[in-house]
Amino acid sequence: MKTVESLGSSLLASLEQTGRTFLLLLIIAYRIVQPPYNLYPIVRQIYFIGARSLGVIVISGVTIGMVLGLQFYNTLERFGSVDILGSAVALSVLRELGPVMTALMVVGRAGSAICAELGIMRISEQVDALECMAINPDKFLVAPKLLAGIISVPLLTCVFSVVAIFGGYFVGVVLFGVSEGSYLNGMIDAVVWSDVRLGLVKSLIFGLLVTLICCSKGFYIHLTKSGSLGAEGVSYVTTDAVVISSIAVLFSDFLIGAIL
Amino acid sequence: MTQETAIEIRDLVVEYGNRRILNSIDLDIPLGQISVIMGGSGAGKSTLLRSMLGLKKPTSGAIRMLGTDICTASPGQLQEFRKQMGVAFQGGALFTSMTVGENIQLPLRQHTRLDENTIQIMTRIKLDMVNMLPHEHLMPSELSGGMTKRAALARAIIMDPKLLFFDEPSAGLDPITSAELDELIIKLKQSMNMTIVVVTHELESVFKIADRIAILGDGGLILAGTPEEIRASDDPRVVGLLNRTPRQVNVDVDQHLRRLSGLQEASDKK
Ligand SMILES: Nc1ncnc2c1ncn2[C@@H]1O[C@H](COP(=O)(O)OP(=O)(O)OP(=O)(O)O)[C@@H](O)[C@H]1O
Ligand SMILES: [Mg+2]
Repeated sequence: MKTVESLGSSLLASLEQTGRTFLLLLIIAYRIVQPPYNLYPIVRQIYFIGARSLGVIVISGVTIGMVLGLQFYNTLERFGSVDILGSAVALSVLRELGPVMTALMVVGRAGSAICAELGIMRISEQVDALECMAINPDKFLVAPKLLAGIISVPLLTCVFSVVAIFGGYFVGVVLFGVSEGSYLNGMIDAVVWSDVRLGLVKSLIFGLLVTLICCSKGFYIHLTKSGSLGAEGVSYVTTDAVVISSIAVLFSDFLIGAIL
Repeated sequence: MTQETAIEIRDLVVEYGNRRILNSIDLDIPLGQISVIMGGSGAGKSTLLRSMLGLKKPTSGAIRMLGTDICTASPGQLQEFRKQMGVAFQGGALFTSMTVGENIQLPLRQHTRLDENTIQIMTRIKLDMVNMLPHEHLMPSELSGGMTKRAALARAIIMDPKLLFFDEPSAGLDPITSAELDELIIKLKQSMNMTIVVVTHELESVFKIADRIAILGDGGLILAGTPEEIRASDDPRVVGLLNRTPRQVNVDVDQHLRRLSGLQEASDKK
């Protein structure tokens, strides 16, 4: 009986949080169109989410590209079709791995930081202080982060995809001696606009999902049980935010792939 | 003599969950004076303050501030109203990602179109008022407890508010700093004609600054009046608070023993 009860209450709690998260999206959308417009905070957040993540994106991009090059080379060699190595790497990076891996790296690098920052601001009354100064915390704190996420993640995804294709090139052409012409031309022939578009749409949605979930988890910490736990509570919601946004990325990747 | 009231609290009830913290409070805060809210720890002082700030929705009752009923006001009205008030929180609540100076300038930058020079000058004037001028460029994490409180006060008064709320200004400060803060609060009242609401435990500063005192306890308002009226009161709870005598609580020995041993909770849960 107890387990059923606690199962039910945690189900209710997660439904409530999902509702709050989408409500937050609506509120922010409404706030963004209202003046005043201030670009500086958005630029600052793009620097934090985007520019500061470049290093980790480049490193993981090259690594994933090299792994793909290696895997595909081994498989394709058995069928004597190493010519299509370039297109195999490019397609899997552009359509799947680029958007997904970038989003997951952003979750770990920036999402957790966003969530912890907002959570700490909430429990140390900084959000209350903003409200008392007649400054809207949704617009002042959350909106720039959300916009920066939507702008940065697609850009980072582009960087990731480019360096990953280069990583595949390095393994295929430089290490295993696949001809440069067949790697590059095969790629150019095989990749069509809809592949690039799919990747961009995915990365846009992932950027929104990741920042929205991480913001909502931290910003609404006071409405959950973790709200009264101080620093420990912040660590709980941050862990939650990372897990939930990672799962959301993977699951929506499947959904978008199935629909588009 | 009838005084104008800045804040009128009528039949205010505030609950957390179904725990009633404040029960039927009636209180008038006069305009242009310093009102002090006192009471034991957990008496609901901060809760009362949060209700006045519009941060905690009361279960029932009305709070009229400068003519606006903040319990029924729309978010837009509340926002407009809040431009006339300043709040210094118990823990300071300075924004940790900004320097002291940037913290203090924030309301100016958000609500006014002053030029950069004027903003800088106004910031320094307020910093000077709280003796924080040399620390303008420090980050909040680099401040001591007393410096944090003074910086929070500077931020609260940057817009020259009509209403100033100050939660525990002198808790944890050395006697000199806390005396300086008291002077500053009195100066703000006299020179800028602010209505000031202070929550504090420090008896010494209470009787130095207060024009009116309200004492909370047992979930309600015990007594409100001038300092003389409070001193003259023979309510044992007021006398106890003023003389720092420990509470005399009549306990049922049996029940207390059971509670200590955990048996009571078990039977409470049933
Ligand atoms: N967020 C909250 N959720 C549930 N109960 C709360 C919450 N905040 C305060 N309380 C309860 O309300 C009561 C009054 O708390 P409040 O903070 O107003 O006391 P206080 O008079 O300011 O005490 P102190 O002098 O220690 O600051 C306490 O019993 C506390 O347990
Ligand atoms: Mg308090």
